[in-house]
Amino acid sequence: MADERRLIITPDVDEAIRRHGRETYPHECCGALVGTAGAVTGTVALPNTTEEGPRRRFLVRPSDYRDAEGRATEIGGELLGFYHSHPDHPARPSQYDLDHAWPTFAYIIVSVMNGAAGDMTVWYLKHDRSTFEEGSLEHGKNSHSDAAQAVHGQAGRG
Amino acid sequence: MAKILIPTPLRPYTDKQDAVDASGATVAELLADLTRKHSGLKAHLYNEQGKLRSFVNVYVNDEDIRYLQKEQTPVNAGDTVSIIPSVAGGAPTVADVATPELTNDEIKRYSRHLIMPEVGVEGQRKLKAGKVLCIGAGGLGSPVAMYLAAAGVGTLGIVDFDVVDFSNLQRQILHGTPDVGRSKLASAKDRLQALNPNVNVVTYEMAISSENALKLFEPYDVIVDGTDNFPTRYLVNDACVLTGKPNAYGSIFRFEGQASVFATKEGPCYRCLYPEPPPPGLVPSCAEGGVLGVLPGIIGVIQATETIKLILGVGEPLIGRFLIFDALRMKFRELKLRKDPDCPVCGTHPTVTQLIDYEQFCGVRPAAPEPATVNTATEITSVDLKQRLDRGDKLTIVDVREPNEYQINRIPGSQLIPLGDVPKRVDELDPNEEIVVHCKMGGRSAKAADFLRSVGFKKVLNLKGGILDWIDKVDPTQPKY
Repeated sequence: MADERRLIITPDVDEAIRRHGRETYPHECCGALVGTAGAVTGTVALPNTTEEGPRRRFLVRPSDYRDAEGRATEIGGELLGFYHSHPDHPARPSQYDLDHAWPTFAYIIVSVMNGAAGDMTVWYLKHDRSTFEEGSLEHGKNSHSDAAQAVHGQAGRG
Repeated sequence: MAKILIPTPLRPYTDKQDAVDASGATVAELLADLTRKHSGLKAHLYNEQGKLRSFVNVYVNDEDIRYLQKEQTPVNAGDTVSIIPSVAGGAPTVADVATPELTNDEIKRYSRHLIMPEVGVEGQRKLKAGKVLCIGAGGLGSPVAMYLAAAGVGTLGIVDFDVVDFSNLQRQILHGTPDVGRSKLASAKDRLQALNPNVNVVTYEMAISSENALKLFEPYDVIVDGTDNFPTRYLVNDACVLTGKPNAYGSIFRFEGQASVFATKEGPCYRCLYPEPPPPGLVPSCAEGGVLGVLPGIIGVIQATETIKLILGVGEPLIGRFLIFDALRMKFRELKLRKDPDCPVCGTHPTVTQLIDYEQFCGVRPAAPEPATVNTATEITSVDLKQRLDRGDKLTIVDVREPNEYQINRIPGSQLIPLGDVPKRVDELDPNEEIVVHCKMGGRSAKAADFLRSVGFKKVLNLKGGILDWIDKVDPTQPKY
């Protein structure tokens, strides 16, 4: 199962997440991670629809979730997880993250301190929901397939 | 038999199938059948209380069951049911940085909170980690402190320096009849600990001042203003702005109350609404004007509600909104407030950057020490008045209080002319006679005396200390209020 705790992201994906975090600072950003077999090749920026104040929270609407899953299927990939930013907080999951987490998904957190994107980490929910386990985030090469480009082009919608 | 679509993260629990058939007449039955077949799903779909988790959405043919009949929504053969996660998360709030665990006793005590998704275990732990400072243990402070203690706010600070008086008991429900004469803080602490021993009650027996306010506020998350005077109100507001603490504000007078949340980063502060205090004496205090006993209950509970919402981070706080409650008409009005960019304390170029002298700002000075001597040209003591009446001196005693006060107690032979009526009823008095004016404590009658002298009355004496002093020194059989 070690592979489950390893996530590969392309430089484009890395930059898309950081850019989204900078753009929405001091509010949180969120988006979907799309790819295949543990490799993220595209991101889908999603609107943060929380009513609790976007500085500390993010919420993805069910309809946006369905869109993200649909788009992943369209390009022959799958929904691997979600990313969100922690403005002025370290890139470690909060109790709130844990309470709202789904199994098998990769959760990328990027810390955005004073508007600058810093640490990026990836986390997976343990099967008994007791805690998060940190995964290893590895950087791969950019994929230039049309499908990845198409998804990546959605970034910034949020 | 209906088809259930399984979202990506739950597919490991359905042998990687993205759709599973299940049977049942309602969504609840269908999901029960599903979790029977694939037991690993249970922990992710339901919480410890057996309810669907708040972030699990169920759709029947593209309709959210929340808008149908929830889990009782009927399912027909051939329908498609989708489980759709809403994905949520976020940075830790100040309060949930290492929020404390709840004990089993606490879980039982707060069970009605825990079963609401808006509070839940996480929210209750935030309340336990929460620190609230209540300025005053009186009319507003009583319901605020009692409800916050009952709700499980972990640390409750209270500032007061007063002693419980009989006249407090009509509204200050922290205190009871046996507490009369005790310090309000000692009485409050006993009451709150009896209500909820889990709460750490921290008492500050002092008057809040420009010297101590910033340090006092420092450890707290929310400040609740339950004060009854303008200097303290401006002091609390400015100290909240300077320390960045939200101010759950409330005030009461007669049948009317006000509430708002001031001094948050985004919202206005009290000075955005009232840059300057009213001239001293224009707005009477509750001791002078009276207050309906249940009114602080209503306003205080609004302050407590806002405090809890701020700690939990839920709902729409009363920021930028000013609530006015009229108990006689039983109506709430809401005014929109804007942050004033020119506000002297929270504006873009603040001129008030440290705490000032608020007594001076509000045009009032602290009560000067009692002068040992009486100015015999303008004042008379109750003992002297009694001696002169007993001697048979011809004196006209004018009571300038309101008729309802006159019904409670009076000096025998006095004539009632409320302060507001004095100018138009001045003809009822002889300017050549010697006149003694009095009210409850001597404030209003001093104004009446000044007026009478200004319109040519030769000899007007103000009864020093008012009827309260008369009762203390001359006629203890009469009730005080």
